[in-house]
Amino acid sequence: MLKVSDLSIAYTHQEHTLRAVDQLSFELQAGETLGIVGESGSGKSQTLLALLGLLRKNAQIQGEIVFQGKALLQQTEKQWQQIRGKEISMIFQDPMTALNPYLTIGTQLIEVLQHHEQLSYAAAKARTLDMLDQVQIATPKTRLTQYPHECSGGMRQRIMIAMALLCKPTLLLADEPTTALDVTIAAQIIALLKELQRQHQMAIIFVSHNLGVVAQLCQKVHVMYQGKVLEQAKTSELFKHPQHAYTKRLLAALYREDR
Amino acid sequence: MRGLIRVFGMDHMSNLRNSSTAWQRFKKHKAALFSLYLLGVLITAVLVLPEFSPHTYETTDWGAIFSAPTWNNGHWFGTDELGRDVFVRTLIGGRVSILVALLASTVSVVIGVSYGALAGFIGGRVDQWMMRWVDILYSLPFMFFAILLMTFFGRHLSLLFIAIGAISWLDMSRIVRGQTLSLKHKEFIEAARVCGVRTPQIIWRHIVPNTLGIVAIYTTLTIPSVILTESFLSFLGLGVQEPLTSWGVLINQGAQNMSVAWWTLIFPAVFLISTLYCCHFIGDGLRDAFDPKDNASC
Repeated sequence: MLKVSDLSIAYTHQEHTLRAVDQLSFELQAGETLGIVGESGSGKSQTLLALLGLLRKNAQIQGEIVFQGKALLQQTEKQWQQIRGKEISMIFQDPMTALNPYLTIGTQLIEVLQHHEQLSYAAAKARTLDMLDQVQIATPKTRLTQYPHECSGGMRQRIMIAMALLCKPTLLLADEPTTALDVTIAAQIIALLKELQRQHQMAIIFVSHNLGVVAQLCQKVHVMYQGKVLEQAKTSELFKHPQHAYTKRLLAALYREDR
Repeated sequence: MRGLIRVFGMDHMSNLRNSSTAWQRFKKHKAALFSLYLLGVLITAVLVLPEFSPHTYETTDWGAIFSAPTWNNGHWFGTDELGRDVFVRTLIGGRVSILVALLASTVSVVIGVSYGALAGFIGGRVDQWMMRWVDILYSLPFMFFAILLMTFFGRHLSLLFIAIGAISWLDMSRIVRGQTLSLKHKEFIEAARVCGVRTPQIIWRHIVPNTLGIVAIYTTLTIPSVILTESFLSFLGLGVQEPLTSWGVLINQGAQNMSVAWWTLIFPAVFLISTLYCCHFIGDGLRDAFDPKDNASC
């Protein structure tokens, strides 16, 4: 469904060239979850932005991204607007800043839906309510009329997820969606993502530097360091038999109950 | 309390409040509500009351030059050095001043906000060109511009409006552009884009509402400065022509006569000041009303 081959992203500043992503290749099938782990600056977020066509204009991109038969890197801005949100969607890291503080939650969600599908306001509202219900928000009707600051962090992250899933995308990008949340809420969000993935048969790319979360959710893991993929393996393999020295150190840094 | 909440980031305290519309929040700001009514009364008075006075704004009452305020001869606010009725002149002057203020604030909000938001959001070369154009307009000496207009097209009230309208949106566009620059890299704008929202809609739905607080405040600052600009132009003979008048002109004349006739200064000044204060409080109330995070306990 998604095939990334030899993707390189570089930035040139005066004489220096920074390779943010270096020769990245992977494939993803529907319903699959890929985890990308790595420290800050290892190129995780750049990869996600490339998949959404949101890289800065001065980025030098090489390679190919094919998503459902479309060469993503050759899309025009107009075509992108049809893809973003509808086919590829994204959950942001910080639920506190990713919602517009001046608009009610209902306005923001319904806006997305009406943009992508020719729906009447009432129909869009009904779908939104249904989606909020799916992400387990207790009183969706009242939430629609509230502003973001009136919801708690976990609630806002669920609203972000609902917003990303409104148009039933086939690929969901999650950029550290649990980093800003405490452990119990994070566990709920993970369970929710799993459940929604099963229902909608989405593929998920899950970026995190939390190995525990990745272990729970992903079938495959890529370990990235300085723009390169050091190791790619099935999750269980990676945790049992890490091949690369960096991965071993990463795992050693993890606190585990059984040691 | 509101200040405290904002300063210490105690935003969660307002979570207890149910959602309310902007108008409901505005109503809770008592000073703003009172100012809105007072401004309504002032505007109605300016439009209606001159018809009820026995005098007109241009006729001279030779028997009553510098007459003090009294009920007896119908000069309720007294008369000026030419025996003209101050009451009627104040109200007629109010028509001009309020009209100028309304026009300038509309121009500054409509053109200034859309121009600034567009330039800031698009950025790059477009932004450079748009803002350099604003710089050029800024660098034109305003007096030169006004005099040029008057010499080419003759003296007319509408030219005064054009001259003031042409400069009033420049500051606003700069302010809104600056706000937009800081807003456009916020995550919720990125989120809107990821969800496929089009650029015009991002500007209109996400950027502009977020600048409204500052826009409201700045508009209330524009109004007084515009009223003063108008009186300055009139003083130089480029604006309103005698016998027609405005608050700025009346205050200017009143200040010259205040040692003999305090009423020629006080009455127009009271009207001007109350209008300006009303604008200020309404702006304050609007800012609170448009900011959903604000705890409306005033």
